[in-house]
Amino acid sequence: MASGEEDGTVEEKETNNKKRTKGAIATAWLTFYNIAMTAGWLVLAVAMVRYYLQKGTHKGLYRNIARTLKFFQTFALLEVGHCAIGIVRTSVIVTGVQVCSRIFMVWFVTNSIRQIQNEESVILFVVVWTITEITRYSFYTFNLLNHLPYFIKWARYNMFIVMYPLGVIGELLTIHASLPYVRRSGMYSLRLPNKYNVSFDYYYFLIIVMLSYIPCKHSTHNKTSTCMLPFPHWGCHVSGV
Amino acid sequence: HVYLQYSNCFLVFHVFVSDPQWYPARQSIRLDPKGKSLKDEDVLQHLPVGTTATFYFRDLGVFLTEYAGPLLIYLMFYFRVPFIYAPKYDFTTSKHWVVHLACMCHSFHYVKRLLETLFVHRFSHGTMPLRNIFKNCTYYWGFAAWMAYYINHPLYTPPIYGEQQIRLALIVFLFCQIGNFSIHIALRNLRPPGSKTRKIPYPTKNPFTWIFLLVSCPNYTYELGSWLGFTLMTQCLPVAAFTLVGFIQMTVWAKGKHRSYLKEFRDYPTLRSPILPFIL
Repeated sequence: MASGEEDGTVEEKETNNKKRTKGAIATAWLTFYNIAMTAGWLVLAVAMVRYYLQKGTHKGLYRNIARTLKFFQTFALLEVGHCAIGIVRTSVIVTGVQVCSRIFMVWFVTNSIRQIQNEESVILFVVVWTITEITRYSFYTFNLLNHLPYFIKWARYNMFIVMYPLGVIGELLTIHASLPYVRRSGMYSLRLPNKYNVSFDYYYFLIIVMLSYIPCKHSTHNKTSTCMLPFPHWGCHVSGV
Repeated sequence: HVYLQYSNCFLVFHVFVSDPQWYPARQSIRLDPKGKSLKDEDVLQHLPVGTTATFYFRDLGVFLTEYAGPLLIYLMFYFRVPFIYAPKYDFTTSKHWVVHLACMCHSFHYVKRLLETLFVHRFSHGTMPLRNIFKNCTYYWGFAAWMAYYINHPLYTPPIYGEQQIRLALIVFLFCQIGNFSIHIALRNLRPPGSKTRKIPYPTKNPFTWIFLLVSCPNYTYELGSWLGFTLMTQCLPVAAFTLVGFIQMTVWAKGKHRSYLKEFRDYPTLRSPILPFIL
């Protein structure tokens, strides 16, 4: 009987140790990830400021920072993975939707429709994203290091009031500007007749996307979860969230 | 004592007397799980017939909308009602005979479902929450419209392998429709009206039920088969998408049902898979 009980506690200790090491690895990885992302978006911010100071115009700025933007925004797909394996306590679907909308904006609108890359609205949403992401990732980093400066916390909980509408405006204006070029080129579209008996019109798809900003952006940013924009997460001080 | 019970979206009165010689006419479910019982027989006499009729139609509306919707929507596209396609095609018919066949199959499927819901199924839940009805209707109606638009389109492309493909597809479709119906009948006969006992379904004399040897939820298996047949028949990507989504949902349901069978019956046959023999 006595040896049975001992075996039980030994097993418990082993699983507890395993859990602790897994937790430590997760925290280490998340800290690295958030520091890297903060650094990446800082690099982006610096590059944009430098370009504008040197050239005095926003024309050509997007092309200049395009590769860095695409890299770091795409890298954010990992966050969906973090939620999926449970090291970040957020809904996979909500994070997925938010990351996907960013990816869509970067790859399927701004990257593929060259004619709109010099629009002011592009600069607007890129600037908003940069400020937002720097705030967000540094917030997560400091949280993981258990040392959160007040101004980061303030920024995370207050800047969204201005950033969120500005970001939405930038994105909507950009999509709107792209519409005539999409229509003319017929890009990403499939017409009848074809052997799959289906059709897809990217032009109308973009219009639907624009309309969906109303319900979608309202609902996802009202959930207490990881937001692309710093939305108040009262009581949410879990690492990585 | 008397109480109102709810069966198949019909509202049926059951008169129970303390004397156990009297049994309810059919299997039914309580409207209120806590068992709203009208204690006096007088109340029954005072309830006007109109109330019964109102309940009847209101609840009938639930499944009518879910199944009659796709039926009617598809027909609207088939007959090329105005404002769908270019005006010169209004009220014309497709020149491809497979399109007529597809319309017959699609309509047959939903008529069969309506009739089964009316006469065959024994439901185990009462009223469906309003949000579910809205979600289900959007799903059924949306996909029906999406499918029907392309199949009945003036620029529709018939299947690549022509008559052979269509014939094979039709055989698969009909086979699975009969199979699906056989399973529904078998499941209905499992539980005689009034009994609360749950039993393991087994193959009967009907060959279409022999699939019970390999699968827990053959009604879903046959349903998948029907839609695969329809996809093959129409060679239409939206139909394939609908089949896929339906398959995913039915697999979830089948796995759940399979798990509850295993939990409830210790002697449950081990050869059976939830929905696809040996695979899933």
